[in-house]
Amino acid sequence: MISDSMNQTLTEAALRAQNVFVYYGSTLAVRDVTLDIPKNKITAFIGPSGCGKSTILRCFNRTNDLISGARVEGKITFHGRDLYAKGVDPVEVRRRIGMVFQKPNPFPKSIYENIAFGARINGYQGNMDELVEQSLRSAAIWDEVKDKLKESGLSLSGGQQQRLCIARAIAIEPEIILMDEPCSALDPISTLKVEELMQQLKERYTIVIVTHNMQQASRVSDKTAFFNAEATDKGGKVGYLVEYDDTSTIFSNPKQEYTRDYVSGRFG
Amino acid sequence: MTTSNPQSFERESSWNIDQATFLKALRQRYTFDKVFATLALLAVVFSLFVLAVLLIDVFIDGIGRVNWSFLTSFPSRRPAEAGLVSALVGTVWVMVLVALITFPVGVGAGVFLEEFISDNWFARAIEINISNLAAVPSIIYGLLGLQVFVRVMFPITQGRSILSGALTLSLLVLPIVIIATRESLRAVPGSIRQAGFALGATRWQVVREHVLPLAMPGVLTGVILALSRAIGETAPLITIGALTYIPFLPELSLKGLQSPFTVLPIQIFNWVSRPQADFYSLAAGGIIVLMVVLLLMNATAIYLRNRFQK
Repeated sequence: MISDSMNQTLTEAALRAQNVFVYYGSTLAVRDVTLDIPKNKITAFIGPSGCGKSTILRCFNRTNDLISGARVEGKITFHGRDLYAKGVDPVEVRRRIGMVFQKPNPFPKSIYENIAFGARINGYQGNMDELVEQSLRSAAIWDEVKDKLKESGLSLSGGQQQRLCIARAIAIEPEIILMDEPCSALDPISTLKVEELMQQLKERYTIVIVTHNMQQASRVSDKTAFFNAEATDKGGKVGYLVEYDDTSTIFSNPKQEYTRDYVSGRFG
Repeated sequence: MTTSNPQSFERESSWNIDQATFLKALRQRYTFDKVFATLALLAVVFSLFVLAVLLIDVFIDGIGRVNWSFLTSFPSRRPAEAGLVSALVGTVWVMVLVALITFPVGVGAGVFLEEFISDNWFARAIEINISNLAAVPSIIYGLLGLQVFVRVMFPITQGRSILSGALTLSLLVLPIVIIATRESLRAVPGSIRQAGFALGATRWQVVREHVLPLAMPGVLTGVILALSRAIGETAPLITIGALTYIPFLPELSLKGLQSPFTVLPIQIFNWVSRPQADFYSLAAGGIIVLMVVLLLMNATAIYLRNRFQK
Protein backbone atom coordinates (compact mmCIF):
# COMPACT_ATOMS: atom_id res chain seq x y z
CA MET A 1 0.00 0.00 0.00
CA ILE A 2 1.02 3.59 0.13
CA SER A 3 3.13 3.43 3.23
CA ASP A 4 3.75 0.13 4.86
CA SER A 5 6.06 0.78 7.70
CA MET A 6 8.86 -1.70 8.10
CA ASN A 7 8.14 -2.71 11.63
CA GLN A 8 4.67 -3.87 10.75
CA THR A 9 5.95 -7.33 10.02
CA LEU A 10 7.49 -7.53 13.47
CA THR A 11 4.18 -7.55 15.30
CA GLU A 12 1.60 -10.18 14.62
CA ALA A 13 -1.40 -8.99 12.66
CA ALA A 14 -4.73 -9.76 14.28
CA LEU A 15 -6.70 -8.71 11.24
CA ARG A 16 -5.53 -8.28 7.71
CA ALA A 17 -7.51 -6.53 5.01
CA GLN A 18 -6.37 -7.06 1.45
CA ASN A 19 -7.78 -5.05 -1.44
CA VAL A 20 -11.15 -4.64 0.23
CA PHE A 21 -13.95 -2.99 -1.74
CA VAL A 22 -17.34 -2.35 -0.14
CA TYR A 23 -20.52 -1.74 -2.11
CA TYR A 24 -23.97 -0.67 -0.97
CA GLY A 25 -26.21 -1.95 -3.72
CA SER A 26 -24.44 -0.91 -6.90
CA THR A 27 -22.67 2.04 -5.27
CA LEU A 28 -19.03 1.67 -4.42
CA ALA A 29 -18.52 3.02 -0.90
CA VAL A 30 -14.89 2.22 -0.17
CA ARG A 31 -12.20 1.14 -2.58
CA ASP A 32 -9.11 -0.92 -2.32
CA VAL A 33 -8.25 -0.91 1.37
CA THR A 34 -5.24 -2.92 2.44
CA LEU A 35 -4.01 -2.81 6.02
CA ASP A 36 -2.92 -4.95 8.93
CA ILE A 37 -4.31 -4.46 12.42
CA PRO A 38 -1.53 -5.33 14.90
CA LYS A 39 -2.33 -7.50 17.88
CA ASN A 40 -2.64 -5.92 21.33
CA LYS A 41 -2.36 -2.45 19.91
CA ILE A 42 -4.84 0.34 19.44
CA THR A 43 -5.40 1.25 15.84
CA ALA A 44 -7.28 4.45 15.05
CA PHE A 45 -9.21 5.18 11.86
CA ILE A 46 -9.51 8.89 11.18
CA GLY A 47 -10.85 10.89 8.29
CA PRO A 48 -13.69 13.18 7.23
CA SER A 49 -17.33 12.06 7.24
CA GLY A 50 -18.24 9.64 4.50
CA CYS A 51 -14.71 8.39 3.98
CA GLY A 52 -15.64 4.81 4.77
CA LYS A 53 -13.83 4.31 8.05
CA SER A 54 -16.92 3.00 9.84
CA THR A 55 -17.78 0.90 6.82
CA ILE A 56 -14.39 -0.80 6.93
CA LEU A 57 -14.72 -1.26 10.69
CA ARG A 58 -18.06 -3.00 10.22
CA CYS A 59 -16.50 -5.37 7.71
CA PHE A 60 -14.27 -6.74 10.43
CA ASN A 61 -17.11 -8.39 12.34
CA ARG A 62 -19.49 -8.78 9.45
CA THR A 63 -22.06 -6.33 10.75
CA ASN A 64 -22.32 -5.07 7.18
CA ASP A 65 -24.10 -8.35 6.48
CA LEU A 66 -27.06 -6.94 8.39
CA ILE A 67 -27.45 -4.05 5.96
CA SER A 68 -29.40 -5.22 2.96
CA GLY A 69 -27.51 -4.71 -0.28
CA ALA A 70 -24.09 -4.40 1.35
CA ARG A 71 -21.37 -6.42 -0.37
CA VAL A 72 -17.72 -6.89 0.50
CA GLU A 73 -15.07 -7.81 -2.05
CA GLY A 74 -11.46 -8.59 -1.37
CA LYS A 75 -10.08 -10.53 1.53
CA ILE A 76 -10.22 -9.96 5.26
CA THR A 77 -8.38 -12.52 7.32
CA PHE A 78 -8.48 -13.17 11.02
CA HIS A 79 -5.69 -15.50 12.13
CA GLY A 80 -5.18 -16.32 8.49
CA ARG A 81 -8.80 -17.39 8.08
CA ASP A 82 -10.90 -15.55 5.50
CA LEU A 83 -13.82 -13.96 7.35
CA TYR A 84 -15.95 -13.95 4.21
CA ALA A 85 -15.18 -17.48 3.05
CA LYS A 86 -18.03 -19.90 2.57
CA GLY A 87 -18.83 -21.76 5.74
CA VAL A 88 -17.71 -18.98 8.03
CA ASP A 89 -20.54 -18.26 10.41
CA PRO A 90 -21.00 -14.51 11.02
CA VAL A 91 -22.36 -15.24 14.49
CA GLU A 92 -19.09 -16.93 15.40
CA VAL A 93 -17.11 -14.05 13.90
CA ARG A 94 -19.00 -11.54 16.04
CA ARG A 95 -18.51 -13.64 19.11
CA ARG A 96 -14.70 -13.34 18.55
CA ILE A 97 -14.71 -9.75 17.38
CA GLY A 98 -16.83 -7.54 19.59
CA MET A 99 -18.13 -4.09 18.92
CA VAL A 100 -18.91 -0.89 20.80
CA PHE A 101 -21.14 1.60 19.04
CA GLN A 102 -21.22 5.34 18.63
CA LYS A 103 -24.30 5.86 20.74
CA PRO A 104 -24.32 3.89 24.00
CA ASN A 105 -26.91 1.17 23.44
CA PRO A 106 -27.37 -0.86 26.61
CA PHE A 107 -30.30 -3.24 26.56
CA PRO A 108 -33.26 -1.79 28.44
CA LYS A 109 -32.73 -4.44 31.09
CA SER A 110 -30.84 -4.66 34.34
CA ILE A 111 -27.13 -3.90 34.45
CA TYR A 112 -26.53 -7.50 35.46
CA GLU A 113 -28.57 -8.85 32.55
CA ASN A 114 -26.74 -6.57 30.11
CA ILE A 115 -23.52 -8.39 30.93
CA ALA A 116 -24.99 -11.84 31.41
CA PHE A 117 -26.85 -11.95 28.09
CA GLY A 118 -23.84 -12.44 25.83
CA ALA A 119 -22.34 -15.04 28.12
CA ARG A 120 -25.58 -16.95 28.44
CA ILE A 121 -26.34 -17.15 24.72
CA ASN A 122 -22.80 -18.23 23.99
CA GLY A 123 -23.09 -21.09 26.44
CA TYR A 124 -21.00 -19.79 29.35
CA GLN A 125 -20.84 -22.48 32.04
CA GLY A 126 -19.03 -20.76 34.89
CA ASN A 127 -20.19 -18.57 37.74
CA MET A 128 -22.25 -15.79 36.23
CA ASP A 129 -22.01 -13.47 39.25
CA GLU A 130 -18.23 -13.65 39.05
CA LEU A 131 -18.18 -13.01 35.34
CA VAL A 132 -20.44 -9.98 35.73
CA GLU A 133 -18.28 -8.52 38.47
CA GLN A 134 -15.06 -9.22 36.64
CA SER A 135 -16.34 -7.68 33.39
CA LEU A 136 -17.60 -4.58 35.17
CA ARG A 137 -14.29 -4.28 36.97
CA SER A 138 -12.37 -4.59 33.72
CA ALA A 139 -14.48 -1.81 32.28
CA ALA A 140 -13.73 0.37 35.32
CA ILE A 141 -17.37 0.78 36.22
CA TRP A 142 -17.81 -1.78 39.01
CA ASP A 143 -17.52 0.71 41.86
CA GLU A 144 -20.20 2.90 40.34
CA VAL A 145 -22.76 0.16 39.76
CA LYS A 146 -22.02 -2.60 42.28
CA ASP A 147 -24.94 -1.57 44.51
CA LYS A 148 -27.48 -1.32 41.73
CA LEU A 149 -26.93 -4.30 39.48
CA LYS A 150 -30.68 -4.87 39.33
CA GLU A 151 -31.38 -1.39 38.03
CA SER A 152 -31.90 -0.69 34.36
CA GLY A 153 -28.82 -0.05 32.25
CA LEU A 154 -30.63 3.02 30.98
CA SER A 155 -30.59 4.59 34.45
CA LEU A 156 -26.86 5.25 34.08
CA SER A 157 -25.30 8.39 32.63
CA GLY A 158 -24.11 8.38 29.03
CA GLY A 159 -20.48 7.75 29.94
CA GLN A 160 -21.41 4.98 32.34
CA GLN A 161 -23.66 3.43 29.71
CA GLN A 162 -20.77 3.38 27.25
CA ARG A 163 -18.50 1.68 29.78
CA LEU A 164 -21.32 -0.77 30.48
CA CYS A 165 -21.38 -1.50 26.75
CA ILE A 166 -17.62 -2.07 26.83
CA ALA A 167 -18.06 -4.36 29.84
CA ARG A 168 -20.75 -6.21 27.93
CA ALA A 169 -18.44 -6.60 24.94
CA ILE A 170 -15.53 -7.95 26.96
CA ALA A 171 -17.73 -10.29 29.01
CA ILE A 172 -17.70 -12.77 26.15
CA GLU A 173 -13.90 -12.43 25.91
CA PRO A 174 -13.48 -11.49 22.28
CA GLU A 175 -10.02 -11.11 20.85
CA ILE A 176 -10.71 -7.84 19.13
CA ILE A 177 -12.92 -4.93 20.12
CA LEU A 178 -14.11 -2.62 17.39
CA MET A 179 -15.14 0.82 18.59
CA ASP A 180 -17.15 3.05 16.29
CA GLU A 181 -16.71 6.61 17.60
CA PRO A 182 -17.29 5.42 21.16
CA CYS A 183 -16.84 8.85 22.72
CA SER A 184 -18.66 11.09 20.28
CA ALA A 185 -21.76 11.18 22.48
CA LEU A 186 -19.82 11.65 25.71
CA ASP A 187 -18.59 14.63 27.69
CA PRO A 188 -14.81 15.21 28.05
CA ILE A 189 -14.56 13.59 31.49
CA SER A 190 -16.38 10.44 30.39
CA THR A 191 -14.26 10.45 27.25
CA LEU A 192 -11.11 10.52 29.35
CA LYS A 193 -12.35 7.57 31.39
CA VAL A 194 -13.05 5.54 28.27
CA GLU A 195 -9.62 6.41 26.89
CA GLU A 196 -7.89 5.32 30.10
CA LEU A 197 -9.93 2.14 29.96
CA MET A 198 -8.75 1.47 26.41
CA GLN A 199 -5.13 1.71 27.55
CA GLN A 200 -5.82 -0.95 30.18
CA LEU A 201 -7.73 -3.14 27.76
CA LYS A 202 -5.06 -3.28 25.10
CA GLU A 203 -3.03 -5.59 27.32
CA ARG A 204 -5.57 -8.28 26.60
CA TYR A 205 -7.42 -7.13 23.53
CA THR A 206 -6.74 -5.71 20.13
CA ILE A 207 -8.65 -2.48 19.68
CA VAL A 208 -9.70 -0.69 16.53
CA ILE A 209 -11.28 2.70 17.05
CA VAL A 210 -12.97 5.00 14.60
CA THR A 211 -12.81 8.59 15.75
CA HIS A 212 -13.51 12.07 14.49
CA ASN A 213 -11.41 13.48 17.24
CA MET A 214 -7.80 13.76 16.14
CA GLN A 215 -6.55 14.54 19.62
CA GLN A 216 -8.14 11.31 20.72
CA ALA A 217 -6.44 9.37 17.95
CA SER A 218 -3.08 10.87 18.83
CA ARG A 219 -3.62 10.29 22.57
CA VAL A 220 -4.76 6.69 22.54
CA SER A 221 -3.60 4.93 19.42
CA ASP A 222 -0.43 3.16 18.38
CA LYS A 223 -1.24 3.10 14.71
CA THR A 224 -3.38 5.47 12.70
CA ALA A 225 -5.05 5.01 9.35
CA PHE A 226 -6.16 8.13 7.54
CA PHE A 227 -9.07 7.70 5.14
CA ASN A 228 -10.32 10.27 2.71
CA ALA A 229 -13.21 10.50 0.29
CA GLU A 230 -13.06 11.51 -3.31
CA ALA A 231 -15.93 12.55 -5.55
CA THR A 232 -16.96 10.17 -8.30
CA ASP A 233 -18.28 11.01 -11.76
CA LYS A 234 -21.81 10.15 -10.66
CA GLY A 235 -21.75 12.71 -7.86
CA GLY A 236 -21.21 10.18 -5.10
CA LYS A 237 -18.25 9.73 -2.82
CA VAL A 238 -15.83 6.87 -2.54
CA GLY A 239 -13.66 6.38 0.49
CA TYR A 240 -10.10 5.16 0.32
CA LEU A 241 -7.12 4.68 2.59
CA VAL A 242 -4.64 7.51 2.19
CA GLU A 243 -1.99 6.62 4.67
CA TYR A 244 -1.42 4.10 7.42
CA ASP A 245 1.48 4.30 9.79
CA ASP A 246 2.54 4.68 13.40
CA THR A 247 0.45 7.33 15.08
CA SER A 248 3.49 9.47 15.83
CA THR A 249 4.47 9.43 12.16
CA ILE A 250 0.98 10.28 10.96
CA PHE A 251 0.74 13.25 13.29
CA SER A 252 4.27 14.59 13.09
CA ASN A 253 5.69 13.56 9.77
CA PRO A 254 3.08 12.17 7.38
CA LYS A 255 4.17 11.22 3.90
CA GLN A 256 1.03 12.36 2.16
CA GLU A 257 0.10 15.99 1.81
CA TYR A 258 -3.61 15.17 2.35
CA THR A 259 -2.76 13.63 5.68
CA ARG A 260 -0.69 16.61 6.73
CA ASP A 261 -3.52 18.99 5.82
CA TYR A 262 -6.03 16.91 7.68
CA VAL A 263 -4.12 16.37 10.92
CA SER A 264 -3.14 20.00 11.03
CA GLY A 265 -6.82 20.94 10.73
CA ARG A 266 -6.56 22.57 7.36
CA PHE A 267 -9.52 20.63 5.94
CA GLY A 268 -12.12 18.04 6.87
CA MET B 1 -28.80 50.47 20.03
CA THR B 2 -28.81 53.75 21.91
CA THR B 3 -32.32 54.59 20.75
CA SER B 4 -33.92 51.34 21.79
CA ASN B 5 -36.33 51.23 24.64
CA PRO B 6 -34.97 48.95 27.33
CA GLN B 7 -38.48 47.70 28.13
CA SER B 8 -38.93 46.08 24.73
CA PHE B 9 -36.71 43.79 22.72
CA GLU B 10 -36.65 46.26 19.87
CA ARG B 11 -33.43 46.68 17.99
CA GLU B 12 -32.31 47.69 14.59
CA SER B 13 -32.56 45.01 11.98
CA SER B 14 -32.70 44.59 8.27
CA TRP B 15 -36.28 43.37 8.41
CA ASN B 16 -37.82 46.84 8.53
CA ILE B 17 -40.78 45.69 10.61
CA ASP B 18 -41.74 48.09 13.34
CA GLN B 19 -42.77 46.83 16.71
CA ALA B 20 -46.45 47.73 16.30
CA THR B 21 -46.84 45.70 13.11
CA PHE B 22 -45.09 42.76 14.68
CA LEU B 23 -47.31 42.85 17.76
CA LYS B 24 -50.43 43.12 15.63
CA ALA B 25 -49.40 40.10 13.58
CA LEU B 26 -48.53 38.26 16.76
CA ARG B 27 -52.02 38.84 18.16
CA GLN B 28 -53.43 37.49 14.93
CA ARG B 29 -51.24 34.38 15.20
CA TYR B 30 -52.49 33.79 18.74
CA THR B 31 -56.06 34.12 17.47
CA PHE B 32 -55.43 31.35 14.95
CA ASP B 33 -54.10 29.19 17.78
CA LYS B 34 -57.30 29.70 19.72
CA VAL B 35 -59.53 29.03 16.71
CA PHE B 36 -57.78 25.78 15.99
CA ALA B 37 -57.84 24.66 19.60
CA THR B 38 -61.58 25.39 19.74
CA LEU B 39 -62.25 23.40 16.56
CA ALA B 40 -60.27 20.46 17.90
CA LEU B 41 -62.19 20.66 21.17
CA LEU B 42 -65.48 20.71 19.27
CA ALA B 43 -64.48 17.54 17.44
CA VAL B 44 -63.83 15.81 20.76
CA VAL B 45 -67.06 17.07 22.33
CA PHE B 46 -69.10 16.05 19.31
CA SER B 47 -67.83 12.46 19.21
CA LEU B 48 -68.12 12.05 22.98
CA PHE B 49 -71.62 13.50 22.89
CA VAL B 50 -72.81 11.04 20.25
CA LEU B 51 -71.26 8.18 22.17
CA ALA B 52 -72.82 9.35 25.43
CA VAL B 53 -76.29 9.63 23.86
CA LEU B 54 -75.98 6.11 22.48
CA LEU B 55 -74.80 4.69 25.79
CA ILE B 56 -77.42 6.49 27.86
CA ASP B 57 -80.17 5.43 25.48
CA VAL B 58 -79.06 1.81 25.62
CA PHE B 59 -78.74 1.92 29.38
CA ILE B 60 -82.20 3.40 29.88
CA ASP B 61 -83.73 0.75 27.63
CA GLY B 62 -81.75 -2.23 28.74
CA ILE B 63 -80.41 -1.93 32.26
CA GLY B 64 -83.70 -3.17 33.71
CA ARG B 65 -83.31 -6.43 31.80
CA VAL B 66 -79.79 -7.20 32.88
CA ASN B 67 -80.13 -9.51 35.83
CA TRP B 68 -79.04 -12.97 36.80
CA SER B 69 -81.83 -14.80 35.01
CA PHE B 70 -81.15 -12.82 31.81
CA LEU B 71 -77.55 -13.97 31.98
CA THR B 72 -78.39 -17.58 32.75
CA SER B 73 -81.50 -18.30 30.64
CA PHE B 74 -81.62 -19.62 27.13
CA PRO B 75 -83.39 -17.65 24.42
CA SER B 76 -87.14 -18.00 24.35
CA ARG B 77 -90.16 -16.93 22.36
CA ARG B 78 -91.53 -15.29 25.49
CA PRO B 79 -89.55 -12.09 26.15
CA ALA B 80 -90.01 -12.35 29.90
CA GLU B 81 -88.20 -15.69 30.02
CA ALA B 82 -85.59 -15.01 27.36
CA GLY B 83 -81.92 -14.82 28.20
CA LEU B 84 -78.60 -14.90 26.41
CA VAL B 85 -76.52 -17.49 28.17
CA SER B 86 -75.86 -19.47 25.00
CA ALA B 87 -74.82 -16.34 23.11
CA LEU B 88 -72.63 -15.16 25.97
CA VAL B 89 -70.89 -18.51 26.27
CA GLY B 90 -70.62 -18.69 22.48
CA THR B 91 -68.96 -15.27 22.37
CA VAL B 92 -66.52 -16.21 25.12
CA TRP B 93 -65.65 -19.47 23.37
CA VAL B 94 -65.16 -17.81 20.00
CA MET B 95 -63.11 -14.93 21.39
CA VAL B 96 -60.81 -17.22 23.37
CA LEU B 97 -60.23 -19.28 20.26
CA VAL B 98 -59.68 -16.21 18.08
CA ALA B 99 -57.13 -14.90 20.58
CA LEU B 100 -55.38 -18.28 20.73
CA ILE B 101 -55.20 -18.48 16.94
CA THR B 102 -54.40 -14.89 16.00
CA PHE B 103 -51.78 -14.19 18.64
CA PRO B 104 -49.24 -16.84 17.62
CA VAL B 105 -50.03 -16.76 13.90
CA GLY B 106 -50.26 -12.98 13.62
CA VAL B 107 -47.22 -12.22 15.75
CA GLY B 108 -45.26 -15.01 14.06
CA ALA B 109 -46.07 -13.68 10.61
CA GLY B 110 -45.25 -10.13 11.68
CA VAL B 111 -41.90 -11.18 13.16
CA PHE B 112 -41.00 -13.17 10.08
CA LEU B 113 -41.87 -10.36 7.69
CA GLU B 114 -40.13 -7.70 9.73
CA GLU B 115 -37.09 -9.44 11.17
CA PHE B 116 -36.28 -12.47 9.07
CA ILE B 117 -36.75 -11.79 5.37
CA SER B 118 -34.88 -9.03 3.69
CA ASP B 119 -36.70 -6.09 2.23
CA ASN B 120 -37.26 -7.23 -1.36
CA TRP B 121 -40.15 -7.03 -3.82
CA PHE B 122 -41.61 -10.23 -2.41
CA ALA B 123 -41.81 -8.76 1.10
CA ARG B 124 -43.28 -5.55 -0.22
CA ALA B 125 -45.89 -7.44 -2.27
CA ILE B 126 -46.92 -9.34 0.86
CA GLU B 127 -47.06 -6.12 2.85
CA ILE B 128 -49.36 -4.42 0.33
CA ASN B 129 -51.60 -7.47 0.18
CA ILE B 130 -51.89 -7.73 3.95
CA SER B 131 -52.86 -4.07 4.14
CA ASN B 132 -55.48 -4.72 1.48
CA LEU B 133 -56.78 -7.76 3.32
CA ALA B 134 -57.40 -5.58 6.38
CA ALA B 135 -59.82 -3.55 4.28
CA VAL B 136 -61.77 -6.45 2.73
CA PRO B 137 -65.46 -6.38 3.80
CA SER B 138 -66.14 -8.92 6.50
CA ILE B 139 -68.88 -10.67 4.55
CA ILE B 140 -66.27 -11.80 2.05
CA TYR B 141 -64.46 -13.57 4.89
CA GLY B 142 -67.83 -15.12 5.76
CA LEU B 143 -68.11 -16.56 2.25
CA LEU B 144 -64.54 -17.82 2.41
CA GLY B 145 -65.18 -19.38 5.82
CA LEU B 146 -68.36 -21.01 4.56
CA GLN B 147 -66.52 -22.75 1.75
CA VAL B 148 -63.23 -23.55 3.43
CA PHE B 149 -64.03 -24.15 7.07
CA VAL B 150 -67.67 -25.25 6.94
CA ARG B 151 -67.57 -27.34 3.78
CA VAL B 152 -64.03 -28.38 2.85
CA MET B 153 -62.82 -28.86 6.42
CA PHE B 154 -66.06 -30.48 7.56
CA PRO B 155 -64.34 -33.56 9.05
CA ILE B 156 -62.39 -31.31 11.41
CA THR B 157 -64.87 -28.54 12.11
CA GLN B 158 -68.15 -30.47 11.83
CA GLY B 159 -69.62 -27.67 9.76
CA ARG B 160 -71.27 -24.65 11.35
CA SER B 161 -69.40 -24.92 14.58
CA ILE B 162 -67.60 -22.73 17.09
CA LEU B 163 -64.36 -23.79 15.43
CA SER B 164 -65.49 -22.64 11.98
CA GLY B 165 -66.68 -19.34 13.40
CA ALA B 166 -63.45 -18.74 15.28
CA LEU B 167 -61.31 -19.61 12.27
CA THR B 168 -63.32 -17.26 10.06
CA LEU B 169 -63.03 -14.38 12.53
CA SER B 170 -59.33 -15.12 12.97
CA LEU B 171 -58.76 -14.72 9.23
CA LEU B 172 -60.68 -11.48 9.41
CA VAL B 173 -58.53 -9.93 12.13
CA LEU B 174 -55.14 -11.48 11.33
CA PRO B 175 -54.11 -8.58 9.07
CA ILE B 176 -54.69 -6.16 11.95
CA VAL B 177 -52.46 -8.18 14.27
CA ILE B 178 -49.77 -8.62 11.62
CA ILE B 179 -49.70 -4.93 10.74
CA ALA B 180 -49.63 -3.87 14.41
CA THR B 181 -46.83 -6.34 15.10
CA ARG B 182 -44.75 -5.04 12.21
CA GLU B 183 -45.31 -1.43 13.20
CA SER B 184 -44.23 -2.02 16.76
CA LEU B 185 -41.20 -4.09 15.71
CA ARG B 186 -40.21 -1.27 13.40
CA ALA B 187 -40.38 1.15 16.33
CA VAL B 188 -37.70 -0.81 18.21
CA PRO B 189 -34.41 1.03 17.64
CA GLY B 190 -31.96 -0.72 15.35
CA SER B 191 -29.19 -0.10 17.87
CA ILE B 192 -30.73 -2.75 20.13
CA ARG B 193 -30.53 -5.32 17.36
CA GLN B 194 -26.95 -4.34 16.54
CA ALA B 195 -26.01 -4.63 20.21
CA GLY B 196 -27.40 -8.15 20.27
CA PHE B 197 -25.74 -9.22 17.03
CA ALA B 198 -22.41 -7.75 18.11
CA LEU B 199 -22.45 -10.10 21.10
CA GLY B 200 -22.79 -13.10 18.84
CA ALA B 201 -26.51 -13.58 19.20
CA THR B 202 -28.46 -15.26 16.44
CA ARG B 203 -31.40 -13.51 14.86
CA TRP B 204 -33.88 -15.49 16.92
CA GLN B 205 -32.02 -14.72 20.15
CA VAL B 206 -32.03 -11.02 19.35
CA VAL B 207 -35.73 -11.08 18.51
CA ARG B 208 -36.75 -13.28 21.40
CA GLU B 209 -34.71 -11.58 24.12
CA HIS B 210 -34.67 -7.95 23.11
CA VAL B 211 -36.81 -6.91 20.19
CA LEU B 212 -40.06 -8.73 20.90
CA PRO B 213 -40.28 -7.76 24.59
CA LEU B 214 -39.85 -4.12 23.61
CA ALA B 215 -42.47 -4.46 20.89
CA MET B 216 -44.91 -6.38 23.07
CA PRO B 217 -46.97 -3.41 24.32
CA GLY B 218 -47.62 -2.36 20.72
CA VAL B 219 -48.37 -5.92 19.70
CA LEU B 220 -50.90 -6.26 22.50
CA THR B 221 -52.54 -3.00 21.48
CA GLY B 222 -52.98 -4.52 18.04
CA VAL B 223 -54.45 -7.66 19.55
CA ILE B 224 -56.91 -5.55 21.57
CA LEU B 225 -58.00 -3.75 18.41
CA ALA B 226 -58.32 -7.03 16.55
CA LEU B 227 -60.39 -8.73 19.25
CA SER B 228 -62.58 -5.65 19.63
CA ARG B 229 -63.33 -5.87 15.95
CA ALA B 230 -63.96 -9.61 16.07
CA ILE B 231 -66.32 -9.50 19.03
CA GLY B 232 -68.75 -7.21 17.22
CA GLU B 233 -68.77 -9.02 13.88
CA THR B 234 -72.12 -10.44 12.82
CA ALA B 235 -72.12 -10.73 9.04
CA PRO B 236 -69.42 -13.36 8.53
CA LEU B 237 -70.86 -15.54 11.29
CA ILE B 238 -74.35 -15.36 9.82
CA THR B 239 -72.81 -16.25 6.47
CA ILE B 240 -71.16 -19.36 7.82
CA GLY B 241 -74.46 -20.25 9.43
CA ALA B 242 -74.23 -19.54 13.12
CA LEU B 243 -77.69 -20.26 14.52
CA THR B 244 -79.78 -17.81 16.46
CA TYR B 245 -81.61 -20.27 18.65
CA ILE B 246 -79.24 -22.36 20.72
CA PRO B 247 -80.96 -23.95 23.71
CA PHE B 248 -77.82 -25.67 25.04
CA LEU B 249 -74.23 -24.96 25.98
CA PRO B 250 -71.26 -26.51 24.21
CA GLU B 251 -69.39 -29.12 26.19
CA LEU B 252 -66.10 -28.08 27.73
CA SER B 253 -64.12 -30.37 25.48
CA LEU B 254 -62.69 -30.61 21.99
CA LYS B 255 -66.03 -32.03 20.96
CA GLY B 256 -67.61 -28.83 22.24
CA LEU B 257 -65.65 -26.88 19.65
CA GLN B 258 -67.54 -28.70 16.95
CA SER B 259 -71.00 -27.82 18.25
CA PRO B 260 -73.30 -25.20 16.71
CA PHE B 261 -73.19 -21.83 18.37
CA THR B 262 -74.40 -18.30 18.46
CA VAL B 263 -72.75 -15.11 19.63
CA LEU B 264 -74.00 -11.93 21.28
CA PRO B 265 -74.19 -9.72 18.17
CA ILE B 266 -76.29 -12.34 16.38
CA GLN B 267 -78.58 -12.70 19.39
CA ILE B 268 -78.94 -8.90 19.57
CA PHE B 269 -79.59 -8.74 15.84
CA ASN B 270 -82.24 -11.41 16.20
CA TRP B 271 -84.02 -9.60 19.03
CA VAL B 272 -83.93 -6.26 17.24
CA SER B 273 -85.56 -7.75 14.18
CA ARG B 274 -88.56 -9.07 16.15
CA PRO B 275 -91.78 -7.06 15.99
CA GLN B 276 -92.60 -7.13 19.73
CA ALA B 277 -91.34 -4.09 21.65
CA ASP B 278 -90.30 -6.26 24.61
CA PHE B 279 -87.53 -7.77 22.55
CA TYR B 280 -86.03 -4.32 21.98
CA SER B 281 -85.24 -3.96 25.64
CA LEU B 282 -83.76 -7.46 25.54
CA ALA B 283 -81.55 -6.27 22.67
CA ALA B 284 -80.51 -3.26 24.71
CA GLY B 285 -79.68 -5.55 27.62
CA GLY B 286 -77.67 -7.71 25.24
CA ILE B 287 -75.70 -4.67 24.07
CA ILE B 288 -74.84 -3.83 27.68
CA VAL B 289 -73.59 -7.38 28.27
CA LEU B 290 -71.57 -7.29 25.02
CA MET B 291 -70.02 -4.01 26.08
CA VAL B 292 -69.07 -5.35 29.50
CA VAL B 293 -67.46 -8.41 27.90
CA LEU B 294 -65.53 -6.15 25.54
CA LEU B 295 -64.37 -3.92 28.38
CA LEU B 296 -63.27 -6.93 30.45
CA MET B 297 -61.35 -8.30 27.50
CA ASN B 298 -59.61 -5.00 26.84
CA ALA B 299 -58.87 -4.52 30.52
CA THR B 300 -57.10 -7.89 30.53
CA ALA B 301 -55.02 -6.94 27.52
CA ILE B 302 -54.15 -3.56 28.99
CA TYR B 303 -53.16 -5.24 32.25
CA LEU B 304 -50.85 -7.56 30.31
CA ARG B 305 -49.44 -4.65 28.36
CA ASN B 306 -48.61 -2.71 31.50
CA ARG B 307 -46.88 -5.74 32.93
CA PHE B 308 -44.72 -5.96 29.82
CA GLN B 309 -43.88 -2.29 29.96
CA LYS B 310 -42.20 -2.69 33.33
